[in-house]
Amino acid sequence: MDKRAAFRSWWLPSLFALPQIILILLFFYWPAVAVLRWAFTLEPPFGGAAEFVGFANFQEVFADPLYWNSVGVSLAFALCGTLATIFIGLVLALAVDRQLPGSAPFRFLYILPYAIAGPAAGMAFRFILSPERGLMASVNATFPDFWNPAKYGSHALLLVIVVFAWKWAGYTFIFLLAGLQSVPRSLIEAAAMDGCGPIRRAVDIQIPLLAPTLFFLLVIMMTEGFVGADTYGIVARTTDGGPNHGTDVMVYRIVEEAFRGLNYSGASAQSLVLIGLIMTFTFIQFRFIERQVHYK
Amino acid sequence: MIQRTPFANALTYGVMIFGFLLLIGPFIVIVSGASQTFQQVNAIPFSFVPQDRLFENMGAAWSRANLGTAMLNSFVMASLVTVGKVALSALTAFAIVFFRTPLKGFFFWMVFITLMLPLEVRVVPTYAVAADLFQPVRLLISAVTGFEVSVDWNLLNSYAGLTLPLIATATGTFLYRQFYLTLPDELAEAARMDGSGAIRFFIDMLLPLSRTNMLALTTIMFVYGWNQYLWPLLMVTDPQYKTTMMSLVALLPSDNGTPDWNVTLAGSLIIMLPPLIVVAVLQRWFVRGLVATEK
Repeated sequence: MDKRAAFRSWWLPSLFALPQIILILLFFYWPAVAVLRWAFTLEPPFGGAAEFVGFANFQEVFADPLYWNSVGVSLAFALCGTLATIFIGLVLALAVDRQLPGSAPFRFLYILPYAIAGPAAGMAFRFILSPERGLMASVNATFPDFWNPAKYGSHALLLVIVVFAWKWAGYTFIFLLAGLQSVPRSLIEAAAMDGCGPIRRAVDIQIPLLAPTLFFLLVIMMTEGFVGADTYGIVARTTDGGPNHGTDVMVYRIVEEAFRGLNYSGASAQSLVLIGLIMTFTFIQFRFIERQVHYK
Repeated sequence: MIQRTPFANALTYGVMIFGFLLLIGPFIVIVSGASQTFQQVNAIPFSFVPQDRLFENMGAAWSRANLGTAMLNSFVMASLVTVGKVALSALTAFAIVFFRTPLKGFFFWMVFITLMLPLEVRVVPTYAVAADLFQPVRLLISAVTGFEVSVDWNLLNSYAGLTLPLIATATGTFLYRQFYLTLPDELAEAARMDGSGAIRFFIDMLLPLSRTNMLALTTIMFVYGWNQYLWPLLMVTDPQYKTTMMSLVALLPSDNGTPDWNVTLAGSLIIMLPPLIVVAVLQRWFVRGLVATEK
């Protein structure tokens, strides 16, 4: 991907790139090295130089049942959240893509939840799906304890997944609608000529042709669910990781461990595991994107 | 398309209306709850009818959480992140795309890798860096000269600390890079033929051409900056630098106090409004930026 007519100078591009390179070195590479250093060392309790401890931090992390709990919670959160957002986005995109009269406003409206910050959405949903007031109270009045995220971990997990899905459904909707619009119109018309109804066309033509977009969204949303900025915000402001660690996702646990427990080494070891996970996701994504470009 | 499909059409409208209730319903609950009195908001069943107390509740929320300062700080922070990203990314992408130097590949990969690790997973050491900015410099000096110097500079409780680490990622750079790569080679050739240097080419040709990209990047970066939660939470201890996302906690009714959720909802509505307006008004640019930065 080179441009033919490039300017020849070595100091000018360096100068242009310098501000960002400095920022990246300072706030990206230096911290990345620090994570490595902390993960393999322990600071003595009464000060002094950090001591190299090999994999002891990792052993400690892996021996902690609460860590495995957070892995399970994260997995459930990311998987359910991803599937829910993609499903909602897909169904809505298929509906809007038919361009029936009056569908334009819906297209505009569906994107709006994406503008809302995770923590703010979490606060609102604390009210909307609260057991004592809002929408679920009348259900609870008839069936006591039917819904109580403050008491049951599974309900709380469902609550944060709902907040996540609400916010991100508009995002998948945008990408899937863009994908649908690049499906050749002639294919759809040919199918219609052969007597296929809209549902049949969606299942047999549009969804298979959307496969690249769907896969791309799967990777993006899984990454978002595991480490996204919103994941932390949603959990922190909706359930605080509780009740009884029921919504203690991995990112939440890392931040808690580091800033409330002041265990930088343990938090760094956990960060490294998470970084490995994201790198795997990113690797898969780029392998896939490369393939997509080849097939074009 | 000319095909009679009454059943599928009815289903399509049904799906779209269901989607509306699902995605816009929460906004309706927030607005109507925020406009009710304390008794109405706690009533079972919940009434979706908006009442007339919206501005009163907003006023109460504004003073309870000191939203004036917070809104200002969030606005400054979001604007700085936006301006920083839009400006620095344009420069870096220009250096990566339009020059032929051995450093090009190095710069590219250096920036590229930052896409992999979001702030959330390296938040602990990034915090440590921001709390002690000169540590690398000190280490370097003591390694080279053997002297221990004690200079101290931290970014806690400052706009620089709130924004700089958020600017240090590559999303914008790639948006510009993709765009620059679509420009025909002849453009730079013609500019050179007419005797223009690199800087002149950048200012007089590239910047005007990338106006749409800048607008797209501006919208997504403003929303991104406004919605930051974890980073301000760590960087700021001084109430003077509090952002809106941090004042959410202050809005929450206390456990044993009166559950005046109408005020809480009114407050979160105020906090939600600025990014909502940006996305609603500039939706075309927002969507374009979103699709372009990810692909």
